[in-house]
Amino acid sequence: MALTRELIAIKVCKEELYDGITVNLGAGMPGLVCNYLPSDIEVLLQAENGLLGYGGSPALDQIDYDVMNAAGLYVTMLPGGSFFPSHVSFHMITGGHVDLGILGALQVSEKGDLANWIVPEKRFGSIGGAMNVAVGVKRLVVMMEHVDNLGRPKIVRQCSYPLTATRCVKTIYSDLAVIDVTPDGLLLREVAPGVSVEEVQAATEPRLIVSPDVKEMEF
Amino acid sequence: MINKVVTSCDEAVADIFDGATIAFGGFVGTGYAMNLIEALHRKRTKNITAICTMAAGGLLPLHEAKQIRKMITSFPVFYMPAHMPQVYNPFEEQLLSGEAEVEICPQGTLVMRMWMGGGGYAGFYTPVGAGTKVAEGKEVRVFDGREYVLERALKADFALIKAWKADRWGNLIYRKGAINFNPAFAAAADITIVEAEELVELGDLDPSFIHTPGIYVDRVVIAEPKRPEVKLVWTDKVVESEIDSLLYVGKTI
Repeated sequence: MALTRELIAIKVCKEELYDGITVNLGAGMPGLVCNYLPSDIEVLLQAENGLLGYGGSPALDQIDYDVMNAAGLYVTMLPGGSFFPSHVSFHMITGGHVDLGILGALQVSEKGDLANWIVPEKRFGSIGGAMNVAVGVKRLVVMMEHVDNLGRPKIVRQCSYPLTATRCVKTIYSDLAVIDVTPDGLLLREVAPGVSVEEVQAATEPRLIVSPDVKEMEF
Repeated sequence: MINKVVTSCDEAVADIFDGATIAFGGFVGTGYAMNLIEALHRKRTKNITAICTMAAGGLLPLHEAKQIRKMITSFPVFYMPAHMPQVYNPFEEQLLSGEAEVEICPQGTLVMRMWMGGGGYAGFYTPVGAGTKVAEGKEVRVFDGREYVLERALKADFALIKAWKADRWGNLIYRKGAINFNPAFAAAADITIVEAEELVELGDLDPSFIHTPGIYVDRVVIAEPKRPEVKLVWTDKVVESEIDSLLYVGKTI
């Protein structure tokens, strides 16, 4: 059975986060991650617009309109959190000071190229901070549905959509599988509960290398 | 005596000319100098080139009056998922009809182009955009085995900046996340015009905690802070239960 968006977020948290990590979350599905942060470790969330160490959503009557993350959601600040100008924020990002970036994707190629800012059917698109994040963070993973809303694979041999960055994605977390981008190709490591390796391959354009220890996802 | 304080927003923007390049601080719903933007709207300044991280947001009144002809931005359009309300953005219609144009620029590159412009640099090499449409027509060089794109620094004729507290020398501090693009843009304009919430006496701001020293600031006007009005378009596909209500709190729907 394909994972819900929430379960993908829970899986990413389980696999990627560790005590002291600094994480930048992209707009859309990655924003769900902040709802499932493990409570026994300290995770620093970084937002492009100049926040480090922000937390979850405030209660409706506690909103501070000057405290918003890069997805435009009102958030709270943790004790120890900081505000700084955008040029400092992007200095952190491009300089490799942020440990992990989690972005959404329209397409990912077997080489780890990422396309997530414009679809060819539209004449204009918005990059936001995604290009800076994709190039700058120490490790980039994507969270996405395995196929698009027309059922076409989003993991492709070569991206047909304009690129956000080349060879940047390290791991793909989808509703069907966990796949690593390796120098030899895409390595299928885990499948969603009840989903077969064949089903994942059928929903993926390039040929997958199936890990000898491929297993069902645990949460 | 140095006194950068002017008495009204209209006076503060009086010399902004048709065709000016104007940098606007602000992001989504915070950090826009809305009172100055409204004064610019009243003045009907035309053919503006706007440097701002996104269309719509605080610039909506200027788009509605078709005052912005070009944007240098990271977010010219907004395509929300079908189950969400769409952002009302007349700039998109103006782009599609050819009335307006856009230079798309990654957000971090945009703010760094301004910060560099304000510091007198001609440009800088960044790995951001290498191998993408953003690098088209630009010099690409390899340093230490990695591709870098030459991005030219950028300056504006005017910057409209939102601060929290200011003194008559133009020293500024910003409030929380409202700082965003404001310090870089304040440093990169010939004339930097600041809207602050509060005027304080010289010496009231702790010299160790001034965000923008007054050297970058030309005018200060004090005004009650206003948040931009965000207009949303509700389609029959919108699923209310799936909308994060916090995204839309306090906004015109």
